Amino acid sequence: MTPMIDPNTLLAIALLPLAAAIIAGLFGRLIGRTAAHVVTIAAVGASFVLSALVAWQLLVQGAPVFNEAVYTWLVSDGIRMEVGFLIDPLSVMMMCVVTFVSLCVHVYTIGYMHEDDGYQRFFAYISLFTFAMLMLVMANNFMQLFFGWEAVGVVSYLLIGFWYTRPSAIFANLKAFLVNRVGDFGFVLGIAGVVYFTGSLDYRDAFAAAPQIASSTIPLSAEWSVSAITLVCICLFIGAMGKSAQVPLHVWLPDSMEGPTPISALIHAATMVTAGIYMVARLSPLFEQSEAAMSFVLVVGATTALFMGVLGVVNNDIKRVVAYSTLSQLGYMTVALGVSAYSVAIFHLMTHAFFKALLFLAAGSVIMGMHHEQDMRKMGGLAKWMPITAATCWLGALASIGTPFFSGFYSKDFIIEAAHESQRWGATYAYWCVLAGVFITALYTFRMIFMTFHGEARWGQGGAAHGHDDHGHDDHGHADHGHGHGGGTPHESPWVVTLPLVLLAIPAVAIGYLTVGPMLFGGFFGESIQVLPRNDVVAALASHFHGAASFALAAPTHPPFWLALAGVLTAWWVVIKRPHALDGLVAPLAPLRRVLDNKYYFDWFNEYVLAAGSRGLGRLLWKAGDQTLIDGALVNGSAGLVGVLAGVVRRVQTGFLYTYAFWMVIGLALLLGWFLMRA
Amino acid sequence: MITLQHMLTLSGLLFALSVAGIFLNRKNIILILMCIELMLLAVNFSFVSFSRFLGDLDGQVFVFFVLTVAAAEAAIGLAILVVLFRERGSINVEDLDTLKG
Repeated sequence: MTPMIDPNTLLAIALLPLAAAIIAGLFGRLIGRTAAHVVTIAAVGASFVLSALVAWQLLVQGAPVFNEAVYTWLVSDGIRMEVGFLIDPLSVMMMCVVTFVSLCVHVYTIGYMHEDDGYQRFFAYISLFTFAMLMLVMANNFMQLFFGWEAVGVVSYLLIGFWYTRPSAIFANLKAFLVNRVGDFGFVLGIAGVVYFTGSLDYRDAFAAAPQIASSTIPLSAEWSVSAITLVCICLFIGAMGKSAQVPLHVWLPDSMEGPTPISALIHAATMVTAGIYMVARLSPLFEQSEAAMSFVLVVGATTALFMGVLGVVNNDIKRVVAYSTLSQLGYMTVALGVSAYSVAIFHLMTHAFFKALLFLAAGSVIMGMHHEQDMRKMGGLAKWMPITAATCWLGALASIGTPFFSGFYSKDFIIEAAHESQRWGATYAYWCVLAGVFITALYTFRMIFMTFHGEARWGQGGAAHGHDDHGHDDHGHADHGHGHGGGTPHESPWVVTLPLVLLAIPAVAIGYLTVGPMLFGGFFGESIQVLPRNDVVAALASHFHGAASFALAAPTHPPFWLALAGVLTAWWVVIKRPHALDGLVAPLAPLRRVLDNKYYFDWFNEYVLAAGSRGLGRLLWKAGDQTLIDGALVNGSAGLVGVLAGVVRRVQTGFLYTYAFWMVIGLALLLGWFLMRA
Repeated sequence: MITLQHMLTLSGLLFALSVAGIFLNRKNIILILMCIELMLLAVNFSFVSFSRFLGDLDGQVFVFFVLTVAAAEAAIGLAILVVLFRERGSINVEDLDTLKG
């Protein structure tokens, strides 16, 4: 007998973290620190176990896909707004990834935040985040998707500004919030488009109506019209661009590093930022219908993948290097979406979640060990002092650059292959971008590894090694672990920090090898991802694929392998072997360097063109529209007109009796005259 | 032979004279009162004329009413005048412009 998925289990998965968040958040002061982390970790752990159970039922025992509403919130004009769950291979995989990474981060937080005043608050936030993310991935309708979408955005906002007394953190969380509003505006329009055409918020109805939407157009003016599905998909993708930080809405993600490192790992690397990728994959039946929208997705993703990676090469803040790496990897996923290789995108999402969370947590461990120093120029040689962190970080880095047999190898190679295979407009550009991106990825990742863990130790030099550049430093506010500041030796982190590193290192290394066959070519996703036969690049790839091991052994015959190796060697040569070899190139490349240091002037553009422009427009409307037209012409103008008229009329009122008498007689004469003339 | 036209012309002249008196007078409020009296008399004169020429006594009866009202009006007017003089110390028309806008 095949088991059925119990809706109560699903409710428990989502609601346990919420309950824990409420307990830790509202009663945190009452129950104390230990109870706060015990209750949240227990809840998220239970969520993970139940998710794994549901995954077992669905994938192994063959339970049918669960797609039902569990609660009807309201019905308005035939549109049902419901809380419902769609549990299929896609969402169950996301649930497991989210809860597992979240659990690791919860444990890690015990060590990372143990001296922070906001300890309970932090646990409440990350539990709340887990709840919101689960609601997002488990949704079976657009309303719940949007709810989860916004809820993770709110928690992200709260956590970026976790140290709310720091102006840079407040600036960063406001920036994240505003940039996400731009994306969400598109997202809401996209959802509205779906509702307009289907009259329903349910995925099922939207997917069923996809061909019908594809055949309709939206008139923009008398002559111009645009394909409805393209407009809807691009609007939805703009939402994904905001959440998943694609160019040009990526600007918030590097700044989000102002938040504590655990949430950089959980929210801004492993889970929340992949919500956009997940959403597009989830809505694959819609996106499949529009070639134009997919080309848009492809070009945006390819641009992000290459150009954001380049920024990682010049940054010296360890967290920001990893953040740019995240941007670049999100670009890879988007490229995979753009060539209709949804399963590859989700596969990369999963492997990336593990190795990027690992890299972030390792970076956090380094920051702790270095007494809250984030500048890589002041690190070096740490491998001797922090062996576990260094080893796990190496594994994460190897996975990240796509070393054969590591998880990132499979996912990234298939993205490149898929881009190569695709005939879609823009695929050639995307192929060269992702191919060049391999070199860049290896370069910045290993530049970080070498600068941090190897070479000569640059810490402890020049007295207080706490140079403060313009980046915010991830200090806890209590940057004292019983050592002196700056001059102390680095130290390995406690077990609550290293345990999650080890736990994450296992899937970061092995998950790709274990799951690549079934996930990409074994029909793992079943009905949850739908690809039109003419777009099915994954099927084309399947003909080259003869098992994970042989694919990895064949890696040297593919260019990405050599590009990655070249990247590593370049990093080694530049950082370790000949640190000053490129000094001669500094002057000629200064303009390029300036462009990169200014992050392609996106922030400049936003600040001085968009923000200043809209402020200028606002001022213009305020001065010309409000002050001149409304206040000046309408309000004061009508009052003034009455005043002028009254000024004229008041001259009639002389106050002298004889004038009144005169007017009376004149009036009398006129009336009489009129009367007589009539008669 | 004196006809109705002559009488009415005289009456009209008197009336016009009194109206002109009200307009042109800039000095004394008593003159305004007197002009009003003169107006009423001009009207009385036309009443009497019509009564005489139409052979109907109603017009003359009406004159008595008008005279009565005129007397009452003159009394009230003069009383107001006295109060006004006490209050303002002047009965100059030019000074009485509190209604001015």
